[in-house]
Amino acid sequence: MKKRYLTAALIVLSVCSVFIGVKDISPLDLFSLTEQQIQILLVSRLPRLVSLIIAGTSMSIIGLIMQQLTRNKFVSPTTAGTMDSARLGVLVALMLFTSAAPLLKMAVAFVFALAGTIVFMKILDKIKFKDAIFIPLVGLMFGNIISSITTFFAYKNNLIQNISSWLQGDFSIVMKGRYEMLYLSIPLMVIAYLYANRFTVAGMGEDFSKNLGLNYRQVVNIGLILVAAVSSVVLLTIGTIPFLGLIIPNIVSIYRGDNLKNNLSHTALLGAVFVIACDILGRVIIYPYEIPIGLTVGVIGSGIFLYLLMRSRAYAS
Amino acid sequence: MIEVRDVTKLYGGKPVVDSVSVAIARNQITSFIGPNGAGKSTLLSMISRLADKDRGEIFINDREIGRYKSNELARTVSILKQTNHINIRLTIRDLVSFGRFPYSQGRLTKEDWRYVDEAIRYMELEDIENKYLDQLSGGQRQRAFIAMVLAQDTEYVLLDEPLNNLDMKHSVQIMKVLRRMVDELGKTVVFVLHDINFASCYSDYIVALKGGKIVREGPTADIIDTPVLREVYDMEIPIETIGGNRIGIYFS
Repeated sequence: MKKRYLTAALIVLSVCSVFIGVKDISPLDLFSLTEQQIQILLVSRLPRLVSLIIAGTSMSIIGLIMQQLTRNKFVSPTTAGTMDSARLGVLVALMLFTSAAPLLKMAVAFVFALAGTIVFMKILDKIKFKDAIFIPLVGLMFGNIISSITTFFAYKNNLIQNISSWLQGDFSIVMKGRYEMLYLSIPLMVIAYLYANRFTVAGMGEDFSKNLGLNYRQVVNIGLILVAAVSSVVLLTIGTIPFLGLIIPNIVSIYRGDNLKNNLSHTALLGAVFVIACDILGRVIIYPYEIPIGLTVGVIGSGIFLYLLMRSRAYAS
Repeated sequence: MIEVRDVTKLYGGKPVVDSVSVAIARNQITSFIGPNGAGKSTLLSMISRLADKDRGEIFINDREIGRYKSNELARTVSILKQTNHINIRLTIRDLVSFGRFPYSQGRLTKEDWRYVDEAIRYMELEDIENKYLDQLSGGQRQRAFIAMVLAQDTEYVLLDEPLNNLDMKHSVQIMKVLRRMVDELGKTVVFVLHDINFASCYSDYIVALKGGKIVREGPTADIIDTPVLREVYDMEIPIETIGGNRIGIYFS
């Protein structure tokens, strides 16, 4: 897959995304837009497109970073407890500061996501049996434990509805004034890009990194901070998008290898393309109603995930 | 020169390397031999700062390793551990280019690429330089890692059991390359070996360890000797001279 095909796909899908919706706006109207149409474009359609691109890109990239740092292809924010910890953080923020400002919620979610991911990394250190499939299973179990704690306290405090709204990723809630926090991901992606080489070296292990004079712990910590920050930002604006950080880096790895310098831009592009495609699908399948993206990505993603699992098994033997 | 002075490493209160002092001369191949659990690998790891030492000092070119910046040390000493656990999809060329990391932090200059090309040529990997590591045989992969260390261009090259999992042909090939690196490029090579006959044929100096202490050290011919090996391995190993090399017959 060439980068320019991906770019072309991204542009085509972006255009489609802007012109699909209950209110009819066709590309031909662009030069004679009514007041109302301009409103719709600026308040809903364009923010939605921007948030799709940012969320798709950043979730895929942090998935890639996690896989590199844990040296396991099946670790991602949704299979390592990161997302579940962030959700617990949101709950705690809601309980402590009843009407918490979005930024405060994000900060608390970030702290929890980071702590959760670090705990998972500690568990990883302790596990001797480093099977490719066993480790994400441990991550899922760990995530479920955190999740049940969240549910327990949410029930006790009548917050279950608030919390479940963060379970399903949904782009239909994206509107001007409600998604801008997502822009925080952009500088984080720039940092990821600058650290690409270091992440690749760190992915070869601690001894290997030390031999090349790399400060391993520091690089791992920066990676985890990026992961936690992006996870909490996306969780609060969009919700959980399952499998995204898992399947996109894996697909790219198959045809581009694991050198982050070569595959980072592909991962970003493919992530955006995949999310926009799933979003469009969710919007047209029961038109004029919508299926939330968490569901479409979940169904398609789990299929691809199964395929990747089978493939890795065939590969290992 | 590498100088190890009175170095101790404890695991759970017990010394695995016990007040070891040894000097490793430049431009030679030195091998560490000894039975399992003798502390060979641990000693090598401490020299290359992969493992912290509990007591003692290690000087490389008259400077304590703790006083090197990590980048600087990475340009002086390189270490290759048993590498069968790396399952990252990199091409040989990418891997070798990471050997220049201590110099360029990943942004390679023309000069850096020259080293990369040279290392690939030296290890005869040109034909397969764009293959991924997971597509290679054990011998090719080991050569790729050695090429990376070559590109790292350090004065000292440490290898922990470089022949592990290699067949005879590839073992000999690797040893010959290491010998050439010392003779042609003026490197200093230190490795941990299990097979005393490889140590005998290719090294200049041998350090024999047992129970965390050095039992004997000396030029190869002095160590590959029945009474010395009896002390190290607790077994009787007759020595024959074949083709100018001293070979231990330890199979029966």
